[in-house]
Parts: sequence; C-alpha cells; structure tokens
Amino acid sequence: MEHLLELQNIVVRFALRFGDLTAVDDVSFTLDRGDRMGLVGESGAGKSVTGFSIIGLISRPGYIASGRILFEGTDLAHLNEEALRNIRGNRISMIFQDPMMTLNPVLTIGTQMTETLQAHMDITDEEAAAMAVDRLRMVHIPSPEKRLNQYPHEFSGGMRQRIVIAIALLMDPALIIADEPTTALDVTIQAEILDLLLELCATGKTGLILITHDLAVVSQVTDKITVMYAGRIVEMGSTDTIIHDPRHPYTQGLINALPGSRHTGSRLNQIPGMMPNLLTIPPGCSFHPRCPFMMDICTKQAPRLKYYKEHERQISCFLMENQNKGSI
Amino acid sequence: MFAFTIRRIAQGILVMLIISFLCFTIQHAIGDPVRDIVGISVSAAEREALREKMGLNDPFLSQYIRFLGKAVRGDVGMSFFFKKPALEVILFKAPATLELVFVSSVIIIFISIPLGIYCAINPKHILSRIIMGMSIVGVSIPVFLTAIMLIYIFSVELHWLPSYGRGELVNIGGWKSGLFTISGIRHLILPSIALSSIMLPLFIRLIRSQMMEILETEYIKFAWAKGLHKRRIWFIHAFKNTLLPVITVGGVQLGTMIAFTILTETVFQWQGLGFLFIEAVERADTTLLVAYLMVVGVIFVVVNTIVDLIYGLVNPTVRIQGTR
Ligand SMILES: Nc1ncnc2c1ncn2[C@@H]1O[C@H](COP(=O)(O)OP(=O)(O)O)[C@@H](O)[C@H]1O
Ligand SMILES: [Mg+2]
Repeated sequence: MEHLLELQNIVVRFALRFGDLTAVDDVSFTLDRGDRMGLVGESGAGKSVTGFSIIGLISRPGYIASGRILFEGTDLAHLNEEALRNIRGNRISMIFQDPMMTLNPVLTIGTQMTETLQAHMDITDEEAAAMAVDRLRMVHIPSPEKRLNQYPHEFSGGMRQRIVIAIALLMDPALIIADEPTTALDVTIQAEILDLLLELCATGKTGLILITHDLAVVSQVTDKITVMYAGRIVEMGSTDTIIHDPRHPYTQGLINALPGSRHTGSRLNQIPGMMPNLLTIPPGCSFHPRCPFMMDICTKQAPRLKYYKEHERQISCFLMENQNKGSI
Repeated sequence: MFAFTIRRIAQGILVMLIISFLCFTIQHAIGDPVRDIVGISVSAAEREALREKMGLNDPFLSQYIRFLGKAVRGDVGMSFFFKKPALEVILFKAPATLELVFVSSVIIIFISIPLGIYCAINPKHILSRIIMGMSIVGVSIPVFLTAIMLIYIFSVELHWLPSYGRGELVNIGGWKSGLFTISGIRHLILPSIALSSIMLPLFIRLIRSQMMEILETEYIKFAWAKGLHKRRIWFIHAFKNTLLPVITVGGVQLGTMIAFTILTETVFQWQGLGFLFIEAVERADTTLLVAYLMVVGVIFVVVNTIVDLIYGLVNPTVRIQGTR
C-alpha cells in the first residue's frame, strides 16, 4: 500500500552569500497513516528544516535542492504554490514551538480559526464558528463559545498551545507536524499537552511527526524514531528498540544524557564536544570527532544508512558494518 | 475602552494646561496689552492707570488664572494689528491650513501605505530599490526647495497649476473651503504636495521596515502554515500589526507637519495660520502669536488623543489594560 508520506533523498540548501550550505542531506523516511514518528537530534541538526520542507515553507534563502516528497501520492517538492497552499493547514498542519508567538496578537481566536476553515472550504461564518467551537472542545478548552471573541493575550501559554492544536485539527488533517510543541512550556503543562497530542492521534487516523531534542518526550508519544545529526539520519527504527538498545554511538550518547538513564549515576552525561557548524562539517562521518569508538575509516569516508536485520532498524555507522562482517 | 478614553482625555487636558502656562509666560514677558488696546500715542500716566485697571500689576499667578479663565471661554485677547479678538482672526484663517494639512495627510496615507507594503513584500525587486532610493533623496531635500521647484516646473514652465493663493472658495457655515471648486482644488495641489514631501519618504520607509520585521515573525509563519491566501496574510495579518507603530509615529509627526505649514504657506502665499504667524512675528503682535500657539496646541492635543484612541481600537492589549 502507498505510504501517507515518503521523503526520498531530500537535500535542503541555504543559498548564502559565500555559497550554499547543506542543512538537510539525503534524508529519506516513510510514514504510514496513523504513524507517530519522533524526529530527534541536537539543536541545529536540521529537524525543523526537514519538517518545514514538507509543506514548502523553508525560510528564505532555503530551497529543496533535490529529492521527492510524496504525500498521498503527489510530490510536494514539485507542486505549484496554490496547490501547496491548499494542502497546508488542510491535509498537513503544523504546531509551533512557542505558543506565545504563534498566534496573531491583533486578531481574535475566532477569526484565526474561521479564516483557516474558509481558506479551504466554502462555508458560512456561522458554520465555521460551530466547527471552531467543536475543535476547542476537543482540546478541552472550557466554555469554548465565549473564547471565540477573545484575543491571544487573554490566555495562558498552555491554553494558547491548546488553541494552536485546535487550529491544527480544524480540517481533520492526515498529518500533523509538531515542532518542539512542549519545549517552551512549564513541565506540568508539557505533560498535559503531550497527553492531549497522544489522545488526539490515538483516536483518529492522523499521522504525527514530533520534532524535538528531548528523547524523553519522544519515548512517551511515538512508535518510531528518526535520529538526525548534522543534517543526516544516523539511526531510524521503532521507539522501543532504539530507546532500550541504541546502536549508533550518537543515539547512545543522547540516551545516556537523559536524567535517570541506566548508564548515569547522579550527574548528566553530556556527549563531549559540540555538533559541528554546517560550514565546518568534518570529512568522513560527521560525528567522528565526538565518537568514543572512532576508527581510521571514520575520518576518511562517510558511512551510509543501511538496514540491519539483526537490529531491526537502519543505522549509518561503520561499527555495524564491521560487526556484520565479523571482522576487526 | 471607556477608562482608557477618560485617561487619554485627562492627559490631553494636562498638556493643554502646560501649553497655556508657557503661552502666558511668553505674553507676560514680552507682550504689552495696553499698547494692543490704545496704541502708542497715550501719556505715561494714562497708561499706568490703564495697567492698574486691567489688573496688569497683580501677582503673576492671579493674572495667569484670569488668563486661563478667559481662554476657556475663548477669549485670548485682542490682536494689535487687526483690532479684533485674536481667536476670531485665527479661526478665520484656520480652514486654509487645516485643508492643506488634511489633503497632505491624505496624499501621505494613500501613497505611503501601498508603496511601503509593496517594498516590504518585494524587497529585492528593482521597483522597490527605485522607491527606496528616491525616498532617501526625498527626505534630504528641504521643503522650500521642493516648493520652489514645483512652482518652477508646473507654474512657470508648464503653466499647468497656479502657484499662489487659494482660488475660488465656497462658504460652508463660516468655513471657507477650497475643496469644492475646481479652482480651489487646483490651487491646493502644489502646496499639499510640497508639504507632504517631507513626511512621505519617512512613512514609506517606516511602513516598509515595520512590515518586513512583522513578516519574519512566528505568527506570520503560522499563518502561512494554515494555508491562508497571501493577500490575507499581507493585508490583514501583517498590515494590522504594522499599523500600530505607524499610528504612533503619525501622531507625533503631525506636529512637525504643522510646523512645516509655516514654510509652505509662506512660499505659496497661502492665507492660513502659518502665513498669519509670520505676519504676526513681523508686526510684534504678541497676543496673536500666543493665540496661534494655543490653537495649534489644541489641534495637536486633540489629534494625538484621537490617534491614541485609534491605536486602542487596533491593539487589543491596550483596550484590556484600559478596562482594568
Ligand atoms: N534561515 C536560515 N538561513 C540560513 N541557515 C539556516 C536557516 N535556517 C536554518 N539554517 C541552517 O539549518 C540548520 C538546521 O536548522 P534547524 O532545522 O532549525 O535545526 P533544528 O534541528 O534545531 O530544528 C541550522 O544549523 C542552520 O545552519
Ligand atoms: Mg528546530
């Protein structure tokens, strides 16, 4: 059966004055209807750019240099602007990081909801308002009818993120891309919002791409994980296998860094060093300067993402290849 | 909104009190009300008697309170030159200036908004670069030079438009208006272009830079992600937010514009307040000068209060704070 979403060898570049910078390098993955995938990695890994490339909203001067984005059978990477517009907020919607910044301060909640419906459907103001109230109820906003005439500043951060989620749900999308939806919120509110996302995705057939730097968040909500490092996928598989048995040294480092992980005592184990700036990506495997298992080949040649049957996932690391051959 | 309105009006009254105090101080220091009434051919003894009778030897503060009491009732003294109440003289000339400022504002609004928005959404386009380049040139040319160039080109060389006076006027309830005759409008064109020429480049640049900043915000990115049409994003989501700082600056710049009417009216022999002001300076007509300052102060305060109220209508945050 056709996948809901299939990224094929996507490369995203930013055309800067001194030349092009590759922010997303040869990223491929698939998502089926109702799948919930976590896209994880340190800040600057290219997660947001990957997410925004799907709906054609990479900020200037970024562009998709090559690859295909098949969504319900159409290639979004080569679609005209009007057709893309009609998919945004309709078949694919987004949730942003900071709910204090996501809503327009001078427009009412009602306007910001009904305009979304009317951009995609020919319906009256009353019908649109009724649908808006219904979605506000779905995200557990009390007395939703009264809320339509209020402005964003009259709500708390957690409530605003619920409203943003309600907006994302308006057109019953097939896919929601949530970019760090809980990062800007208090810890207690974070848990509520995650529960809400899980509840909404579990009831419907909505697919979810959850972008976050926080593996703990991903392990609560998703059934699949894609780990990115410096614009490339380094490990991809089911959440269960990756959380309990990370194989790529970078993923292992991320999991060791989690508070309460089995490898830590009382302190946090950060991965030593920093992710390279995209302009100074080292030759070979881009992770090698920070890798505790670095070998000669890692400095010379870039590993390829391959499926390893015994690990039930894709990994991009020479350690795996060597184990496979039983060499060293 | 109600409390907000009340607070703004109270602030306006306070500003007017300060202006009136300054005006009175000026009049007290340099004016001579006795001369204004009887002229200079009267003996010293008679003048002193008159001073005493008019209360000019009273303490400063009680004179100010009397001045204020009269001013509230519309009496700011007699014009020495016109031998008429100063306010009457001013109100007679005010329509000319108000119409000039009004038409200039309309020109500024209807040109700066479309051009500013265009430059913000097409920053790299050649047309935007031309507009921005011209606006730099525009700000740096002084008003009187613009005015003289306009007169030279359109009156002297081309004979298209008149270069001085207001033309044919229509009397509407005491308000002599040039807006309702072809001749009146033809006379308005050059002066109002000259007057708007200082503010226009400034507003184009302001609208452009504000709008470009707004277009980079998260809520605009979210609006794109909702699949809205680009026109709605530009003209509703972005423009409404762009308006807020523009309204504020607009209110302040109105003062500058009134100051520039003095120059413009002088060049075009426009019989308005600015022209009157220069004449009053030449004739040392202190009472008239003070009356001018008071009236301009009132106009400025009223317009700024209205501008603030409009700001409150556009910005919901202000409205809510006001009701608390
Ligand atoms: N507007 C931009 N201009 C230039 N480079 C950008 C821009 N946006 C992102 N990038 C580059 O893309 C990289 C990945 O960014 P992003 O996807 O936002 O990372 P994250 O994984 O934290 O979401 C950044 O490190 C930066 O180098
Ligand atoms: Mg990001």
